[in-house]
Amino acid sequence: MSTYADPYASSRETTEGTVFSVTGGDWDSLVTEIGQAKEERVVVNMGPQHPSTHGVLRLVLELEGETVTEVRCGIGYLHTGIEKNIEYRNWTQGTTFVTRMDYLAPLFNETAYCLAVEKLLGITDDVTERASAIRVMMMEFNRISSHMVALGTGALELGALSPMIFCFREREKVLDIFELVSGLRMNMAYVRPGGVAQDLPEGAVAKILATVADLRKSFKDNEKLLVGNSIWMKRTEGIGYLDLAGATTLGITGPVIRSTGLPLDLRKLQPYSGYENYEFDVVTADTCDVYGRFLIRINELEQSLRIIEQAAKKLQASQGQPVMVADKKIAWPSQLSIGADGMGNSLNHIREIMGSSMESLIHHFKLVTEGFRVPAGQVYAAVESPRGELAAHIVSDGGTRPYRVHFREPSFNNLQATSAMSEGGMVADIIGAVASIDPVMGGVDR
Amino acid sequence: MATRRPRMGLEDKLPSGIVLTSVEKLAGYMRKNSLWPATFGLACCAIEMMAAGAGRYDLARFGMEVFRASPRQADLMIVAGRVTNKMAPVLRQIYDQMAAPKWVLAMGACASSGGMFNNYAVVQGVDHVVPVDIYLPGCPPRPEMLMDAILKLHESINDEKLGPNRERVIKEVEAAAMAAKPTHQLNGLLA
Amino acid sequence: MTIDNKGADHGMFGTHGTGDTSGYGGLVHIAAGAGSSQRPFGGYFDQVADDLERAYPDFNDAIERVVVDRNELTLHIKRERLVEVARTLRDKLKFEMCMGVSGVHYPTDAGRELHAVYPLLSITNNQRIRLEVSVSDSDPHIPSLVEVWAGNNWHERETFDMFGIIFDGHPGLTRILMPDDWQGHPQRKDYDLGGIAVEYKGATTPPPSERRSYK
Repeated sequence: MSTYADPYASSRETTEGTVFSVTGGDWDSLVTEIGQAKEERVVVNMGPQHPSTHGVLRLVLELEGETVTEVRCGIGYLHTGIEKNIEYRNWTQGTTFVTRMDYLAPLFNETAYCLAVEKLLGITDDVTERASAIRVMMMEFNRISSHMVALGTGALELGALSPMIFCFREREKVLDIFELVSGLRMNMAYVRPGGVAQDLPEGAVAKILATVADLRKSFKDNEKLLVGNSIWMKRTEGIGYLDLAGATTLGITGPVIRSTGLPLDLRKLQPYSGYENYEFDVVTADTCDVYGRFLIRINELEQSLRIIEQAAKKLQASQGQPVMVADKKIAWPSQLSIGADGMGNSLNHIREIMGSSMESLIHHFKLVTEGFRVPAGQVYAAVESPRGELAAHIVSDGGTRPYRVHFREPSFNNLQATSAMSEGGMVADIIGAVASIDPVMGGVDR
Repeated sequence: MATRRPRMGLEDKLPSGIVLTSVEKLAGYMRKNSLWPATFGLACCAIEMMAAGAGRYDLARFGMEVFRASPRQADLMIVAGRVTNKMAPVLRQIYDQMAAPKWVLAMGACASSGGMFNNYAVVQGVDHVVPVDIYLPGCPPRPEMLMDAILKLHESINDEKLGPNRERVIKEVEAAAMAAKPTHQLNGLLA
Repeated sequence: MTIDNKGADHGMFGTHGTGDTSGYGGLVHIAAGAGSSQRPFGGYFDQVADDLERAYPDFNDAIERVVVDRNELTLHIKRERLVEVARTLRDKLKFEMCMGVSGVHYPTDAGRELHAVYPLLSITNNQRIRLEVSVSDSDPHIPSLVEVWAGNNWHERETFDMFGIIFDGHPGLTRILMPDDWQGHPQRKDYDLGGIAVEYKGATTPPPSERRSYK
């Protein structure tokens, strides 16, 4: 704004009048400035606290009547400094921080981080098949739960109230599985460098297969409500249009680019964690609009269920296999069990380290307090999260703590498309466009 | 015209159909049973808050299903999630826009104390910004924990005094706080 | 196989210049010295390098080093050539997508403290490479790649916000994650983590950046 000399946020005269660049800052000075311009433009702030902006996203709109002439996003209201915080923690503790970035898909964050650390350690091939199968299964369940929130809140923001209840009902079933396997519903810190934190409990696979059958039936409720619903289609067809050229130059991945017809899915293009051994289809649409992305998400649910069933079969076959790498210098936690006071080291392990072997005790102590060392280098590991390509760029200096961890979050990148999708449309369509991008502000701001 | 009215237990037990209560008790009862939360979901705790309002853990049975987006219509601000330095003025503004009586519930470790993020970006507890009535730890707290916190808040709202009684209670609480031993002089398990 | 690095570090307890406060850091960590990887690079990296050399004849002048490590190709580029090489990669070698900018601060690497890393993805050829540009603290300017890949807009703003790297030619380079009037660039190594000590009943736990450092 021009109350102070900011070379990047100013006004300039064009043939169509004065154009103001908005980048945040003093709201009042901007509004007075525009008021003096005697134009018919209205500047509206859909502030960080708003029921329909999918989290703490600030949208600054310039309206002419109901038409949106400019949309700018103000982000950073949830910037937690996670990336810098990890530099002061162990490699293993990094998982707990990284999990809270994109909080609707915590397992994807963890897996991207752990795949990168494993690449740096050079143990990618040593991760056991069972660990990979568990990772795949949990990730696909996470994809389902994330899409449920996306569909539920997207529908809620556009006015449909029942899908929200249905979606959260299904999500609770998935969260039950998470709680059974990892102990927590959200932010589990379950995937660790080298494998997963602990093995599946007894009867988990049976419960998983039962849940899959249950979900397959319940997904039809949402489909019956929304797919083909003329009101829903009127609100979503043709809205938020972004074609392939726009999507590639903006670096957009995930359902948004798949809605342009390009079947870009990292699980097929550059498989990780054994995804090349699973049979599933990449869902695309060719309408490039909100309705297309909605259909993609609904159909991806079924594909995820297929993958989970195949993973469950693998888990049944690999019963008894370890879920961590064999290298004891890296594998932690190890030998956990449930005791009277909750989860902790198994009593056998404690008996061994306290009673019989001083070396084991020292080793356990050093592994837990100092952590393992990762050889120096930098690495970029990507996974296909429900929102697009989620990647970890990790730099190690050879120590016990990460030197630099940077997450390439799909929501941060995809949110740049808001302007392209919404300008020229109506105010109500911005909500639909943002909901179809499905940003999670924890991932945007980190 | 109905000739038989259904038997409602309370009315049958009243002597001559008269109930005596105090204004305080009535106001407390009314306020706690229709406490409307303001949507202030920021991060992961917001998702658990939404789950608490959804089908399985139903907040509607406590009269709290309507999450009012406008702070002017809300009574309870559930600060769910990490409050960053950029968001803090917004938080304060929303709190100021709420009409009295209003209460604040700090949901989650990040809202209560900054949580695991002890750094440049996060406010170490929203009580630096708004006065908090009840703190709820957890990362994130389960929906049942949120309901427990809300019910405890309900109990305290039920017992809130009005008028001169309220002023007396405020004076007593302040005197007790001034006379209490400061935290850094306490000796607990850590010292 | 060489690994890019910020200089050797000696010390009895812990390493300097990193967040390693364990106190058990021990002695010399990593060799200094960063040379180029030698051909053949392996995999598709040779083909990418050959294609780039063919399409951009000033290859040897622009590319300072080629590093192949952990099955990933990193091209270290001079900042003056960045836009041209990026355009060549996008148009001739079909690297349609740039996955953003990641900044890294190496305070021990005198004259080349700030690195900006650009991961690129080619969907047609299913290839990933990385471009890396190094600038010094005293002159932290890098030409902006927003004209080549529009998606770099916010990523460059974030790198500016967090590291202070100024991208020349960016349409609106302002802070994006921190409040607009914030002083300092938080993710630099010389910016403190900024936590406060946690106090409870007579005991104090120091913030993560000040714990147990044996230096």
